[in-house]
Amino acid sequence: MDNSNRETLLSIRDLEITFGTGNSKFVAVQDVNFDIFKGEIFSLVGESGSGKTTIGRAVLGINPTSNGQIIFEGKQINSKISGKEKFDIERKIQMIFQDPSASLNERATVDYIISEGLYNYKLFKNEEDRLNKVKKMLEAVGLLPEQLYRYPHEFSGGQRQRIGIARALIMNPDLVVADEPISALDMSIRAQVLNLLKKFQREQGVTFLFVAHDLSVVRYISDRIAVIRAGRILELAETEELFNNPIHPYTKSLLSAIPIPDPQIAKNRGNIVYDPSIHNYSTEKPKFEEIKPGHFVYCNETEAKEYKINFK
Amino acid sequence: MMNDENILEVRNLNVSFQVRGSEIEAIHDISLNLKKHETLAIVGESGSGKSVLTKAFTGMLEQNGRISQGTIDYKETRLSDLKVNKQWDKIRGKEIATIFQDPMTSLDPIHTIGSQISEVVVKHQKKSKKEAKQIAIDLMEKTGIPNAEKRYNEYPFEYSGGMRQRIVIAIALACRPEVLICDEPTTALDVTIQAQILDLIKELQAEYKFTIIFITHDLGVVASIADRIAVMYSGKIIEIGTCEEIFYDSRHPYTWSLLSSLPQLARKGEELKSIPGTPPSLYKKIIGDAFAPRNQFAMSVDFKAEPPMFKVTETHYAKTWLLDKRAPKIERPELIQNLHQHMLEMTAED
Repeated sequence: MDNSNRETLLSIRDLEITFGTGNSKFVAVQDVNFDIFKGEIFSLVGESGSGKTTIGRAVLGINPTSNGQIIFEGKQINSKISGKEKFDIERKIQMIFQDPSASLNERATVDYIISEGLYNYKLFKNEEDRLNKVKKMLEAVGLLPEQLYRYPHEFSGGQRQRIGIARALIMNPDLVVADEPISALDMSIRAQVLNLLKKFQREQGVTFLFVAHDLSVVRYISDRIAVIRAGRILELAETEELFNNPIHPYTKSLLSAIPIPDPQIAKNRGNIVYDPSIHNYSTEKPKFEEIKPGHFVYCNETEAKEYKINFK
Repeated sequence: MMNDENILEVRNLNVSFQVRGSEIEAIHDISLNLKKHETLAIVGESGSGKSVLTKAFTGMLEQNGRISQGTIDYKETRLSDLKVNKQWDKIRGKEIATIFQDPMTSLDPIHTIGSQISEVVVKHQKKSKKEAKQIAIDLMEKTGIPNAEKRYNEYPFEYSGGMRQRIVIAIALACRPEVLICDEPTTALDVTIQAQILDLIKELQAEYKFTIIFITHDLGVVASIADRIAVMYSGKIIEIGTCEEIFYDSRHPYTWSLLSSLPQLARKGEELKSIPGTPPSLYKKIIGDAFAPRNQFAMSVDFKAEPPMFKVTETHYAKTWLLDKRAPKIERPELIQNLHQHMLEMTAED
């Protein structure tokens, strides 16, 4: 697909994030580059410790960055920005958390939880208008108006995640960072929540940065996927392209490890094990190369040539 | 008398808990045979009772829980009659061992990895400390720990999640159990590590010939490991059959829904099939079929009477009125009729 005329909402350039200083300094994310287009669902996929959550948190301004730029709607947001701009951005970029039982205020009613952002930003004309907005949002996420004055503990996990989604989306955000929003949910509930996120993308053009480890879910929901390992993005492509033509050996290994819910296939399948020592980067430094339009791989010149040959 | 093929037999088991003065039933009328050397997967959502069921096999029900009806037999021992811990000590760990989901909480953070394995060997196999150490190192090698001798003296925090789960498996195997209960052993692990641990469990089973009860909610994991599958809903087994029968020829609408909601089956741009509503609360008395309110194929009888287990084949049973002779003939949803074809297409491209 030609991405040149798509509008970019978020750009990440040479991002580096470190924790600690001196001897205990740890580089969690480095050389990360990607763009998120308006209206798409972009997924960051990786295993635990890969840095995927850290990037999501940096976009939200929770983790300070040590190098590089995060550009949102054409403006750098990880440098010094004015209080007003920060306030503005905090409305435009919302978050959905993994654990719906830990991320809701247990002492507040659903009405207050969903309205809190509206209060902070005075996004309503009068009490009636606010209540209308909340009720509309409640309906949009599949909850009932009579549940408005209940407390989070009275809801199931899936319903609580709906409250979390309602709270984020009532702010009318441009970008939603969803960090593993369904991994704490039961399988029959997962599909409900995924459909809900898709619905907001389709009907309101909300852009999502979806952070996840479950590749089968990611394949269904995302437009484009970036595979991240040890703080670096190793491969980035459109979803079907990535699944059909994985290039980086780590992506191949990750795809081979997805459990396939079909006994005949699952029982006759081998796993590809990834060995990072196959890359020799001592003389030739690797960089993020576009092997094919829209399909990027982290590799050096020699590898890039090889990948391109195998591709034809 | 127990059938020779079986190692564990459960008959009409009910398990209930005292909660705030009232008694709630977490397991309702479950009968089950576990065959020697097989891998039986128990699939269900949270609250379906899959963990409670296996806790009853090792006498690990919480204080307020009890077996209110039915029997559990393991070889010559009637487990449901065991009362005190002393009796359970002969079974728990030694005959029936359990691996839990979270490898961090099942290991003791202040003792070395090696001492935690050899402790079990000394206690259960009556070996000297020196012999136990050697056995422990062997087990560590068997479970794929590199440099076992050196890593014997390390602590759990020095191990990664996958390595810790290998140690938990090594501890469980140290007493040479006949039955290994794996309670979501890979849920907390990354996919690549999950694949390795599943392979390891299969290899060890081939070598040590134990029987596995594998609890999970992940149908992908089930497909790769199970010989037979029991699907649980609301404290009952609603369908049981061989792995092939459940995936390719399921009969219960709940199983249909589970399979239909697999993200692998959804086409781009289409909605994922989801099951409306939520599982029933155990506090309320369930009349009829527990799945009926969420079941698009529910008939009026489903709201009145609990269906019995209908026999489909010698190995395949399902608890749904749809299998009654008087029920209208309803086909499985089209989406899952072609499950195998669909999965082939998906994986062929990789």
